[in-house]
Parts: sequence; structure tokens; C-alpha cells
Amino acid sequence: MKNEIIVIELADLLENVLVLKTKGWRLSQICAAFRDGHYELSYSFADDETLDYETLRINCPINSVVPSISEFYSAADFYENEMKELFGVEVKMMKRDYHRRLYRIKAEMPFLPEEERAKVVRQPDTAIPGAIPEAMKGVSEVPKEDTE
Amino acid sequence: MAKRSVVPFGPQHPVLPEPIHLDLVLEDETVIDVVPSIGFVHRGLESLVKTKDYNEFEYVAERVCGICSFGHGNGYAEAVEKIMGIEVPRRAKYLRTIWLEMNRIHSHLLWCGLMADAFGFENLFYQCWRIREKILDMAELTTGGRVIYSTNMVGGVRRDITPEMGRAILSTLDFIEKELVPIRRTFLSDYSVQERTRGVGVLTKEQAHDLGCCGPFARASGINCDMRLLGYDAYGELEVEPITATEGDNYARCKVRLDELFQSISLLRQALEKIPEGDISVPVKGNPDGDAFVRLEQPRGEAVYYVEGVGDKFINRFRVRTPTFANLAGLCETIKGAKYADVPLLIVTIDPCISCTER
Repeated sequence: MKNEIIVIELADLLENVLVLKTKGWRLSQICAAFRDGHYELSYSFADDETLDYETLRINCPINSVVPSISEFYSAADFYENEMKELFGVEVKMMKRDYHRRLYRIKAEMPFLPEEERAKVVRQPDTAIPGAIPEAMKGVSEVPKEDTE
Repeated sequence: MAKRSVVPFGPQHPVLPEPIHLDLVLEDETVIDVVPSIGFVHRGLESLVKTKDYNEFEYVAERVCGICSFGHGNGYAEAVEKIMGIEVPRRAKYLRTIWLEMNRIHSHLLWCGLMADAFGFENLFYQCWRIREKILDMAELTTGGRVIYSTNMVGGVRRDITPEMGRAILSTLDFIEKELVPIRRTFLSDYSVQERTRGVGVLTKEQAHDLGCCGPFARASGINCDMRLLGYDAYGELEVEPITATEGDNYARCKVRLDELFQSISLLRQALEKIPEGDISVPVKGNPDGDAFVRLEQPRGEAVYYVEGVGDKFINRFRVRTPTFANLAGLCETIKGAKYADVPLLIVTIDPCISCTER
């Protein structure tokens, strides 16, 4: 059973994920790290029959716009929202964007080094219209500080 | 048209020992959508890794969770050992396996009690936790701690299990196995319990796979996925056959966890019988330089550990993907379409560990 990390380009992410999805692999986890001035994003997939494990690794600078894979793996939006809230990674076209409210924490981008946080440029809202249910509109529009 | 409303569930709720919040979108009594949020007790333990020596961090890793604590320490240690190319002595591997399975027994019994409490069967709740005390006593006997063992370290373990302790564990296992029989029968055959479990919160095999679910929650939907098959620690030398069910409902989740208790008892007996003589640790020199992913089967399912060392004594990145986080998507799916009154029970059936998720 293999367990390997494959470095790919950001532009090739969706294509590689689609290949694994077609092969029936399960999304195991997505995580971000910050190293030497750039993000290191790891998308891990598991084959439960052979127990093989493959991690797609992307190195990209701050303010890169990362495409969401939630169209292929619907659970991916939890991990993508986590990356966005804890590291400030900008993910576009998430099926469900929690607007930085998945984690109810005061600190913004707490896992990004303090000196790097000012460099992050906030993008306009990238949620697909209707991703947050109609009935939730009032709730999701409550300013974050009012709930803490 | 049915009246639509949003009902907040949690973060404080009688069924939740730990805080998680769900915004439930209801049409009359039926849930049509769920928006979860976490972070109420977020501790940022992952980022603490940059300020602790990688050997010291073992203790922090173990404190990610107050239930499956030993597994987190083990996952971290194995990831560092993988980066540094350390081969742990066989006896240490067996000792780790023994404590991992003791962890699983106490975690599953804790869940059985919480589940019984959630559907209002207080006597069953007491019985489950009464039995759980016995395995906690064995943890205390062998490690000195009932929940946090602190026996793991990079390069092996720091405590051994003597033959007397082994005999005490075996006799406790006999007791637990005997006591579990009526518990299992009550969970799976009692009429009123089945009313709350059969056909409630069904998650199909396809849904469980698509949503990346893991552990007993996924196995109850028919997914044959158990990380112990990877053969880490001593599992490669023991007989491990994943326990699955096909119904995908609350009943199946109960059945899988109850049968896993018997499986853990069998694995403990095998490990105590086969444990070899020898050292329990090897000296560790140098600092980790490189990165590694390690997967373990925690009581709640697959946990993923990522460690990235940069050649000094501090780790650059430590990441735990806990099973509860992976199962959140599946939880939301099971709640959709369920009755509002079933929501507390459905949350309990994934065996949520918010402490892990809020690492």
C-alpha cells in the first residue's frame, strides 16, 4: 500500500482531483500549512480497497485564488472553509461558503504568521448564490462580533 | 405551505457534553437543512507545535482529546518516527496496541452510555459506565493515568506491562465480556430502544463514501474501511476483520460499536498472548526534517496526522484531521429529512468528539 505526496501546479488541481474521483477514491482530508513565504496545500485521497493513500501538494503564494473541489467532493467545503478561516486561503466557488463563521473564533487567520496577515487581500464573496439556504439568510447576515 | 423556521441547536444542549452549534432549518417538524459551526472551545494546539520541542509536543498531542488521547499521541509519534526513520522495538508496538485497544473499549462504552442517556434509558447508561470503570482501572494500573496515559514517546513507550498486570487485564476482559452480553442484547433487541434506532437517520453506502465518512459511522453504512488493516503498531500480526453493517441507520451504528467492543477484547487477548520480550524504546538522535502523513484507526474512525519538520527541534506544522471533523458532512446529511425530535440522537450516533475537532 502506497502513501505518497505528489507535487502539482495549482492549475492542475481540478484535473487531478477529477481523475481520483473517477477512480472512486475517498477524500480523506485537506490541510494548509505556511512555509517559506507560501502556502502548502495538501489534498489527501484514500482508496479503501487497496489502502493506498495519495496527497496532492500545491505550493502557492498568498492571495492565490484556489478553485474549490466541492463540486466533485461535497464534503470538501468543510476543509476549504477551515483553510480560509484559519490560514486566509482564498477558495473560490465553494458549494457552501460559511463566510468565516464555521469556526466561531475571534482571531482572524490565527494559523498564519502575524506578519503575513496584513498581506492577505480579502476577495469579494465567492459563494454560489443560494448556497446558504433562503431561510438562513437572516442568520448568516448577523455580524460576526454580535455572536461572540 | 409548511411553515419554515430556523432553530438554533447548541452550543449548550443537554445531549452535548461539548459545544457544537447547528442552525436547523425546519419545515414544520422536519429538518430540511443544517448549517453547523464549531470553534467555541478552539485551543489552537496545532500551532503550539512551533513553540515546543518535538519530544515535549508528544504530551500536547495526547491532550488533543480527553477520550481517544493515547491515539493522538501515537499518531504524532509515528509521524515523527516515519520522518526520522526510527524503527520502534516490537514490544513497544504491542504495548501501543494494547493501550490503543483499551482506549477504544473505554471510548465505545462511554458512547454506549451517552447513547442510552440520549434516548432516556438511564439504567442502561449506568450499566455501560459501570463496566467502563473496569477498563479505566486497567489503564490506571498499567500507565498511572485513567484517561491521559502519557506513556508514549518518540522512539517507543516509557512504561512496560508486567506479567501480573497482563493477568489482571485478562481477568478484567473476562468480566467485561460477560457483562457486555446483556448490554448488547438490550441495545439491539429491546422494543423501545429499537423504536428510536431502527430506520432513523439512514445514510447509504454511496452517501457515506461521497461525504468522506469514516469509522463506525461509515462501517454502519457498509463501507469496509478500518485503518487497523494498514498493520501499524502490532495490528499487522493480529487478526483484524472490519465490522460492518448494511442498514446505515442508528441501529446499525449501535450494532457496529457494540461488536467492536468484543473485537477489541479479542485483539487485547491476542496482543497479550503474542507480546514479545525486549526493549520498549530506542534512543532518538537528531531532529525531524521532512514531512509525513500517518493514518490511525481511532475509536471514532480514521484520524490523519501530518507532521512537517524543518530540521530543528521545533516542528513547522502539525495537523490532525479528526474523525469527527470528517463525519460532520455525514451528520448534516443524516439530519436532513429527519424529525426535529430525532436530532439529538442523530448527533450522538456519530460519537462526536468536539474536543478533537477543536484541537
